[in-house]
Amino acid sequence: MSVVGSAPQNVPRFVTLGLIPLANLAAAFIISGLVVVIVGDDPLQALEVMLYGAFGSAESWGFTLYYATNFVFTGLAVAIAFHCGLFNIGGEGQAMLGGLGVGLVCLGFDDWPFVVVFPLAIVACALFGAAWAFVPGYLQAKRGSHVVITTIMFNFLASALMTYLLVEVLIAPGQQSPESREFAPGAWLPYMHDMLRAIGISMPETPLNLAFVVALAASVFVYYFVWRTRWGYEIRTVGQNETAAVYAGISPSKNIILAMAISGALAGFVGLNEIMGVQHRLILDFSGGYGFVGIAVALMGRNHPVGIALSALLFGALYQGGTELAFEMDKITREMVVVIQGFVILFAGALEHMFRPQLESLFTRRSNAAAPAGE
Amino acid sequence: MSLPALELRQINKWFGPVHANRDVSFRVDRGTIHGIIGENGAGKSTLMSIVYGYYQADGGTILVNDKPCPIETPEDAIDAGIGMVHQHFMLVDTFTVLENVILGVEGGPVLRSGMAAARKELDRLERDYALQVDIDSMVGDLPVGLRQRVEILKALYRGAEILILDEPTGVLTPQEADHLFRILANLKEQGKTVILITHKLREIMAITDNVTVMRQGAVVANVPTADTTREKLAELMVGRSVLLRVEKKPVTPGEVVLSVRGLKVTDGAGVHRVKDVSFDVRAGEIVGIAGVSGNGQSELLEALAGMRPISGGEIVYKGKSIAASGKIGSPRDLRRIGMAHVPEDRHRAGLVLSFSANECTILGYHDDVAYNGGLFLDNKAMVRECARQEEAYDVRPQNPMLSASGFSGGNQQKLVLAREMERDPDLLLVGQPTRGVDIGAIEFIHRRLIEMRDAGKAVLLVSVELDEIMSLSDRIIVMFDGGIVGEVDQVGAEEATIGLMMAGERVAA
Repeated sequence: MSVVGSAPQNVPRFVTLGLIPLANLAAAFIISGLVVVIVGDDPLQALEVMLYGAFGSAESWGFTLYYATNFVFTGLAVAIAFHCGLFNIGGEGQAMLGGLGVGLVCLGFDDWPFVVVFPLAIVACALFGAAWAFVPGYLQAKRGSHVVITTIMFNFLASALMTYLLVEVLIAPGQQSPESREFAPGAWLPYMHDMLRAIGISMPETPLNLAFVVALAASVFVYYFVWRTRWGYEIRTVGQNETAAVYAGISPSKNIILAMAISGALAGFVGLNEIMGVQHRLILDFSGGYGFVGIAVALMGRNHPVGIALSALLFGALYQGGTELAFEMDKITREMVVVIQGFVILFAGALEHMFRPQLESLFTRRSNAAAPAGE
Repeated sequence: MSLPALELRQINKWFGPVHANRDVSFRVDRGTIHGIIGENGAGKSTLMSIVYGYYQADGGTILVNDKPCPIETPEDAIDAGIGMVHQHFMLVDTFTVLENVILGVEGGPVLRSGMAAARKELDRLERDYALQVDIDSMVGDLPVGLRQRVEILKALYRGAEILILDEPTGVLTPQEADHLFRILANLKEQGKTVILITHKLREIMAITDNVTVMRQGAVVANVPTADTTREKLAELMVGRSVLLRVEKKPVTPGEVVLSVRGLKVTDGAGVHRVKDVSFDVRAGEIVGIAGVSGNGQSELLEALAGMRPISGGEIVYKGKSIAASGKIGSPRDLRRIGMAHVPEDRHRAGLVLSFSANECTILGYHDDVAYNGGLFLDNKAMVRECARQEEAYDVRPQNPMLSASGFSGGNQQKLVLAREMERDPDLLLVGQPTRGVDIGAIEFIHRRLIEMRDAGKAVLLVSVELDEIMSLSDRIIVMFDGGIVGEVDQVGAEEATIGLMMAGERVAA
């Protein structure tokens, strides 16, 4: 019973988990609708195009889930760091390094059988991503350099490193654009439509590939790791109450480094989806902002794998539906779509607490009023 | 004398299903000191938060000077002449006393003119109420007793006629508390009304004119202090008769379990917190460390528990050195060799408030095989053990799934005590075992500590409650400014002597 500013304890779960995210989302869509009206198009038609573009056919589902795969990885990455009280903004750079790891494995071993290359690639993208997050984690744990600052700087470092490697070292001989040679098809992740065809289900060709299954596995892993193991327990203790961690003999620095490394490894898996699953060669800028959007995904998903899966689906739909939108409607350009996505990130992420006090007090007051009557 | 300064009629307040104040009615006469006493969770603080405008009552009327006075915000309360001195001071450490006092009532955008006026007014207040404090010194440099004076000045500067003090002596030495009481008596003489919220019977008896006793949100008695006794009040608070003094067998100390030699602890800012401290704790005895909060006891306890690096000296446990020349054993290792630690602050260290009770039960023991089935934590075992401990320590509600923040202070403390004591440690380090705990639970906790001692365990008790130290300890060590001022045997220990030692005076005991 603290005197001021105490958070209401008895807010129903559906309010925090369902109503507040939905209210944020609705606000984002309403503002976006206004913008659509201003540029002179019909917002309802835009919404329809977007929804149909994202979920209207098996093909659009394939694209939506392919984008969602990346968001699951970066969302989980942000979430696990968050459970340790850390804000990992370096998903972008860690994804690039993960892609580099995958690329190097594929370039070096693409004549080997897939069953060998695939685990090697998984280990490589996790290790490379983890290594890129380990350094900021180490600096935070041992030197107190703030992880937000260092991870942002490491994004720039990663970008510069990739440019150097692709321009000077890994570039395919006799070629102008900064890309490596294409991997041998034996080192490509199987597409979902190919895998489904093998069991007799037909599906149109989409970029959706085996990495989607890896994303689901990663979600399960994160859930069990964070809530069911003593290592996850230690990470959560450090994140919630560092003094209590010291009291319990849990080393904050060890866990900060561990959480950052796992976070980086998860972000690194974006490279698996993009490089080994879709591009089949090392290219620049394949990380495409997934690392940053992962922050919004994790926030909206309440740092829980189930929530992250749902919000990743939402952002996947925004990406895919947005592409359709720019294609179908003449007044809405590619930039407009970015604006709409920006609104969703703004309301779901940065303005996450905008409707919270009102909604929470609405529901707590109601339960207050109900209590005396129930006596 | 019988003009009411403040009258409450039928105040009711609900927090969800909790009826925090039920039909609370009483009046406070002008120019008196009125005590409000009750266990933690009895609703005293809620009531005063309503009077000061932090909360809105769900029903009832507040009358100030016989006129109904709707108080919706602290500003309304200040306008009605009500001032509040909080348990935790609301001061800016890096501002001077003067700047703190005028904070929020600067009197215009230009500071200089407001400061000059405030300086004059403060001079008058200090003279009238004997509240001497150097108004140009930095608040962060002042001792706790003086900071409290600044809080009182702040309230008076805002025109308070009714002054509410919430547990004001928790951080003071007995001497400082006496000084505070003289100030309060002075305020009363000048016609101010003082409301003193406390759970200490001694203070009620020493200074108040009338006392209101609260239990479970309701007023159970309203009496002139002169017509009652400590025992009667305690019984009213708890609802049954209470043993105020702990009964225990004579001490039979065994061999030395913990030996501290020349211990030095330096904090992160390079300040020497513990200076060359040496003492022993034997099996079967309780050694109490007395001292005003902030004199190195906390740092000493944390160093012994492995939470804080030491900068010199040695700690020996059962003949084995566990910390020497700057190196400490990790709390994890110390637990394995039979040490347990109930930290001073259960919110800061003893619990993770967002965790469920069963997750808190394994804090520090989460590596234990009993809680781990291979890769995963054994949730069933955690819940089972938590339920067992909750039952053994009468934790309410008895729910292993409830988050730690959902328990009251006393029940949270029992969760921590249960976790540490159920391990049957050979040495128990315990800090402030009954801070913010109600009387019924205090009795229970004290009995458990005595049981441990009688079972031949060594107990080191750090507490700022002198009563607690005096009734539990077999030997009392007094700390001041990081060093040991002296040691007294419990037999024949006098509160006045210890009080002087707590203020840093070396007294032959």
